[in-house]
Order: sequence, then C-alpha cells, then structure tokens
Amino acid sequence: MKKRNWIAYPHIVWMAIFVLVPVFIVLYYSIVSISDNGIQLTLKHFARVFEPLYLNVFIRSIELALISTAICLLLGYPAAMILASKNLSKRNMLIVLVIIPMWMNFLARTYAWMTLLERNGLIDTIVKAIGLPPLNIMYTDYAVVLGMVYNFLPFMILPIYSVLSKTNKSVIEAAEDLGATPMVTFKRIVFPLSLPGVMSGITMVFLPAVTTFVISELLGGGQYTLIGNLIQQQFTLTMDWGFGSALSIFLMILILISMGIMSKYEKENEGGGLW
Amino acid sequence: MKRFFSAVSLFLALLIIVFSAAITTGCGSNGRTIKVYNWGDYIDKSVIKSFEKQYGINVVYDEFANNEEMYAKIKAGALDYDVLVPSDYMIKRMTNEDMLYKINFDNIPNYKYIDDRFKNLGYDPKNEYSVPYMWGTVGIVYNSTMVKEPVNSWKILWNPKYKKQILMLDSQRDSIGITLKMLGYSLNTKDQKQLEEAKQKLIEQKPLVLAYVGDQVKDQMIGNQAAMAVVWSGDAIYMMRENKDLKYVIPKEGSNIWFDSMVIPKTSKHTADAELFINYMCDTQIAYKNADYIGYSTPQTEAKKLLPKELTSDKTAYPDEGDVKNSEVFEDLADSLPLYDKIWTEIKSK
Amino acid sequence: MVKSLSKKIYLYLIFFFLYAPILILIVFSFNGSKSRAHWTGFTLSWYGQLFHDQQILTSLYNTLIVAVISSLFATVIGTAAAIGISRMRKLPKAMIINVTYIPVLSPDIVTGISLMLLFVFLHIPLGFITMLMAHITFNLPFVILAVLPKLKQLNSQVFDAALDLGATPMYAYKKVILPEIMPGVITGFLLAFTLSIDDFVISFFTTGSGFSNLAITIYSMARRGIKPEINALLTLMFISILLLLLLVNYRMSKDTKNKA
Repeated sequence: MKKRNWIAYPHIVWMAIFVLVPVFIVLYYSIVSISDNGIQLTLKHFARVFEPLYLNVFIRSIELALISTAICLLLGYPAAMILASKNLSKRNMLIVLVIIPMWMNFLARTYAWMTLLERNGLIDTIVKAIGLPPLNIMYTDYAVVLGMVYNFLPFMILPIYSVLSKTNKSVIEAAEDLGATPMVTFKRIVFPLSLPGVMSGITMVFLPAVTTFVISELLGGGQYTLIGNLIQQQFTLTMDWGFGSALSIFLMILILISMGIMSKYEKENEGGGLW
Repeated sequence: MKRFFSAVSLFLALLIIVFSAAITTGCGSNGRTIKVYNWGDYIDKSVIKSFEKQYGINVVYDEFANNEEMYAKIKAGALDYDVLVPSDYMIKRMTNEDMLYKINFDNIPNYKYIDDRFKNLGYDPKNEYSVPYMWGTVGIVYNSTMVKEPVNSWKILWNPKYKKQILMLDSQRDSIGITLKMLGYSLNTKDQKQLEEAKQKLIEQKPLVLAYVGDQVKDQMIGNQAAMAVVWSGDAIYMMRENKDLKYVIPKEGSNIWFDSMVIPKTSKHTADAELFINYMCDTQIAYKNADYIGYSTPQTEAKKLLPKELTSDKTAYPDEGDVKNSEVFEDLADSLPLYDKIWTEIKSK
Repeated sequence: MVKSLSKKIYLYLIFFFLYAPILILIVFSFNGSKSRAHWTGFTLSWYGQLFHDQQILTSLYNTLIVAVISSLFATVIGTAAAIGISRMRKLPKAMIINVTYIPVLSPDIVTGISLMLLFVFLHIPLGFITMLMAHITFNLPFVILAVLPKLKQLNSQVFDAALDLGATPMYAYKKVILPEIMPGVITGFLLAFTLSIDDFVISFFTTGSGFSNLAITIYSMARRGIKPEINALLTLMFISILLLLLLVNYRMSKDTKNKA
C-alpha cells in the first residue's frame, strides 16, 4: 500500500520553523558568552549546570513531578473508566465538565486554593470543627503536589478516556464469558489496550509538571527552588540567558533520553517511538 | 462528523472576520499615535482618555508585571514603545546600555512640580533620562495584636519568638538587600564577603520563615496569616486600610527607597509626543488622579496637597527625609547579578 | 448495585475536587472587600464595574478569538499529522515525535523568549498574529498526543479494505478513520483550547501593540492585587459555559431520542 505521509507535512514544516529554529536559538545562547569583547564559544554555562547545587534542583523537581504524575494516574484512570462506561450523550457532557475548571484563569484558581488551604482557611476550619487537629498543609510539599495534581488531572483523564471509550466491548465480554474475573480482564485486556492513552497522559502531565514554577511559588511558599523557578529566574531576574538556556537544553536532553530508554523497554513495539 | 466540518467552516469564517478586523484597525491609525508600556493597573484609565481627547493623539497602552520581562522585550527590539515606566535600577541598566533617549526638559514644564528630593538620584544623576512617576520604600508591616514589642529594626525578622510567623519577599534583590542593611552594609554591595555573611544570616533565618511570598503578601497579612512581613510601602497603605491592626515601619538601619519613572526608549519614533504625554502625567490634576487611584506616593508636590490629609501626613506613604536618611536606591548590579542568584538558590535549597 | 453506587460517589468526589476552587471564586465575586482575605459583606458592585472595564472585556474577546482559532487550526493540522506520522517508518517517526515533544517539555519562558526572538528576526511585528502562531505551536503537540493513541488502536486493515472496495483515500479517511479516532480528536481540541485560553508566559513574550489576553491582564494586575472584577468575569464565563453545555446536551439527547 502506498504511504500517504504527506498529510503530516504542514505539521512538520510548522515544527521546523517554530520549534526547531527556536531550539537552535536557545542552543546558541547556551554555548556562547556575550561580553564587551564580542561573542565567544564557551562551555561555562554547561559546567555550572553540573554543580551539585543545581543538580539537586533537578532531582527535586523530577521527584515532585513523578509523585504528582503517579497520583494523577491513580486518581484519573478509574475516573476515565467510569466516564467511558457512560452512554454517549452523557459522556460528552461529562468530559467537557472535567476540563471546564481549567478554563478559569490559573492564577485566580490558585489563589482560590490558597483560600482553602491556608491557616484558618476553609479546610482547616472544617477539620477543626470535626475535632481533628488542623492539617496546615499550606506552604509544604503536600500543597505543591496538590496544586500540580489539580492542574494536570484533566490532562490524564482525557487521553485515557479517549482510548477506553471505544475499546472493543466484545473482547471484554468474550473474556468474561470465558470465565475471567473482572480483575483478570482488567489486567490482561483493558489495561494493555489502554496503554497508549496512559502513555500520552503521563507525557502530558509529567513534562509540564517538571517545569512548572508558579505552583511552587504560590502554594509552596517559595521555600525551595524547582527547575522551572531556576530557569525563570535566569531569564527574568539574573538576565543570565546563557545559563538559563543551558539549563533548559540539559533538561530537554535528559527527558528525551529517558523517554527513548522507556520506549526501548516497551515490549511489543512494532511502530517505534512510544507507540 | 457533520458537526466537525461545520465547526471547521465556522472557524474559517471567523478567521476571515478577524483578519479583516485586524487589517482595518491596523490602517485606522491615520492620526498621531504613541505607545505606552506601564505596570499593570498603574494608571487611572480616564487619564488616557482625557489625554487622547486633549491632544488628538491615540494611545496604545500595554502592561507588564515586572521590570525584567519588560526589559527582555525592549532589548530584543521587538516593540516600538514611546514611553516606559521602569524602576530605578532598570533605568540605570537601560541608560548604561544606551537604550534611552535624553528627555528634552524644555518640553516638560510641569517638571517643576516634582519634589527636589527626587531629582539627581543615583540612577539618573544628572536628570537627563527620567521623570519620577511614583515612589516608595521597603519596610516591615506587622500585626500589632501579635507583635507587642516595638518594631524598629530588621533584627526582629530573626527573632525565634516569631517562628513560622514571618513572611519574606520572594525577591532575591530585596531579601538580600535588607539583610545587608541589617548588617550595616550597602544594599548595592558587590563584596563577596559581605554577601557571604548575608547568605549565612538568611539561611539561619529560614526555619523561622513561613513563606517567601510575592504579590499574595497583601492577602496574607490582611487575613492575619502571619505576624510580620517585608513589603513595599504602596502595598502597606492598602493593607492598613483593609486591616486596622497592621502597622508599617521603616527600620532604623535604613532600607530601600524606590522609584518608578517615565523614560523614552530609543525605539520611540515620536519623542515629542512622548514628552507631551510625560508632561501631561506631571500635571497637578492628572498626577492627583493617578495617585488617588493607585494609592502609592506621588513625587508631584502640588498633587500631594490635593490628597487627603490623613494620607499625606502618614509616614508610611510620605516619610520625611529623616525617616529615610539611611536608605538607598537600588543600582544596577550588572555582573554581580549571577552571584546574587546563586546565593538565593543556595538559601532556597537548604 | 453497590458497585455502581461507589462508582458514582467516586465520580462525584473527583468533580468536587475539580470544582472546589471554582466555588470559592464564585463566592468571592460577591465579596465587598477587594482582598480575598476577609468577607466584608455581599455586593454586586464588581459585576457593575466589570461591564465598564473596557480593558478586561477586550482582553476576554482577544482570549476567545485566539483560543478558538489556534485550537481549531492545531486540531486540523495535528490530526492530519498524527495520521501521517502513524504510517511512517520507525526512524522518521521517532524523530518527528521527539521534536513535537519539545514545546511540552521546555519551560514556557524559554519557548516564549525564543519565539519572540524568532519573530523579531523574521521582522513580524508582535501582536495578534504572532500570539496566534505561538499558541498554535504549543497546541499542536497536545493534539498529536491525544490522537496518536487512537490511531494505534485502529485496525489498519479496515482502511485498506475500504480502498480495495473502491473508496478514494479521501473518502476512506472521512468515512473510516475519522469516526474511529473522533474521541481523540475532540480530546485534542479540548486540551488545546484549554492551554490556549489560560496561557500567560508565552503570550506575554509574543504579543504587543495593545493586543493583550486575559491571562496577561490578570498577571499584570497581580502586583497591585487582582480585582474581584476578575472573579465576577470568571463566574459569568463559567455560568454561560454551563448553560451552553446543558442546552447542547438537551438538544443532543432529543436528537438521539428522535432517531430511535
């Protein structure tokens, strides 16, 4: 059969102009030093990236992002399954309902979370009314993770829902007819079939979670620098575009390599890439 | 399926409408136009309207949220603004990099109303490039129901009695700056040893700090979330109006005194009209309107007289020279910025 | 029975989690004080002020225009691209997908500044068009990430069978592939729209000349305190979306009933 790849060309051209060229601009800034004596090639920005101080920032950010992604998956998968099992007319409406909160401005939403979480905030008031000790989670890592889970959960639910929504029902019924328990059906059939959606969801949650900075600033009380904050600082405070670019290129390489390794270990990998 | 295609055709129709709208508005500016770039919510909007009406000049008005982001856009040559309102140290940086025009003060007769205290300052020593728009200080705002002792020194921010009751600014320049002041150094220091000392102090303070905050500090203090916070005076005025228990102090060691001033960037193609605008902003009635709307302190002496007495006699908004005698204006740190950034990252990673 | 009940409760809890801050927003749009820190009494004045605030209304309009156009555009190009990519050989496929990831994994500020530099280099004046192009750029990966899994699920023989039966490729796409991947396409569109409507950093660096979206307006406001007018605006937005949704849903369920 003749391949009809041409329909991908508009996208490829777009990516070449608006993604690849900017990446080269960033790469350029990361390997030059601009001073009064002109422009010189340098590796000093990358050398700084490998200082333990900054490597720790990387590790911490990736840790927090991983935890948030895992929680999103645990919360989101069952929700996606339930949504996919609803009948068609209800389903579309529910799926839009999942995403609508994210249309309200991010800053306004986060401020609202602060109203809920802070000392004498709504949540602690309720907790105290029941007679429990206050949680005091404002300005802790818990608050940061909560903020990330909240903001990225729909990005986990939607792709999983979309693959589950048309999973072949007859396959599942056949399995059940053959005496498989619901648990086995899920493990052997439903989950493997939904894996591409899960992978998409993880990508859409994990990648933005690594580089987020407003959540840790507002809900975490700015106690720790995350990689997103660090890069943001280089561009908007320190004006050290070289170091900022180097950090961002390093992050890019780190993530692309680890995703490459992940896809290598994926067993039934006919098509290449993650899919 | 049909719905999808009708959506696509709707989109095409929309595209046409928008593009035609974009084109007509693009051509619509046949008269004189100036472009102004100011902080968010930092002007009484009616002032722009009245300027347009009086001079027949159209104003394109954009807003930014911090100096550095504004600088990045101007530096890239992305935009041809005529008037900017950066802060002191940023004006210094921009003059050093030859990004600003000298203002022709013959065209700014209203400059005579600007208080002489605010002329010839470090960031514009010969008064060539900038006209002050708003000014203020940095100090401690504290809740008098939670803090009973007198507050007059930065040292109180290191008092273990207020563990987890202290809010610091999530701003490297300000937080390191006040620590330097407490230690008796200049807040513009580039001396490694002094900065190292400040770093140790801030690391020592970290367990006492509830959070490093930005704009949300206002709500936090109004809502009695903390006992004290480092804030800008303009915000302090607003906070004290909302919560009567709050008090503002400029510590005796001295502090930072800041200015947001109007300048004309070299991207401007209409410098004469820009000067017209700057002069208009210094008009007594107009400066009064802006000061009244924003609530920050105006450097315009006549406009100050029109403001309510209880505001102008309040030392929070209008400290006299004695209150700020140890205070300094920020200078551009240039090459030392990465050092400050590294110190801040080290503090944050403890 | 118990099982379906627990499913229902679970779904309600998830929705409660998603909507809790929205409820707070709505409540505080009626707060007399400008600060969210305390409640000083019920007022409707923020709603009144909202309708006089030309700046907020204009930026809302701009936000919607950019979001609708950029997400539709990204959905069309992205869906086509996903179909094309899914049929490619291993190496080009992996390469294109990796490049597609880049806008998702680079921090917004890096994307924003590098796009700004690109536009300046190309001498495109910053404004509506550049902001739109930037939004399309960061929307595309999400559409592709949403559509690709559906394509993997797809039985490729169906498409070939349609061709064998004499369908033109275009017809086969329209009648065979598109309906199958539709949930993915809709998901992609929704995600793209969501990202576009709420983007601040990239928008800030790629716009100018008086064109501002809601996110920029709100972030710039933050230094002086976000006005409760914004809460009023979001409340109205939320209620109108909800009403629209109910209306569409009502009509759709009527349609399906009529067909049955």
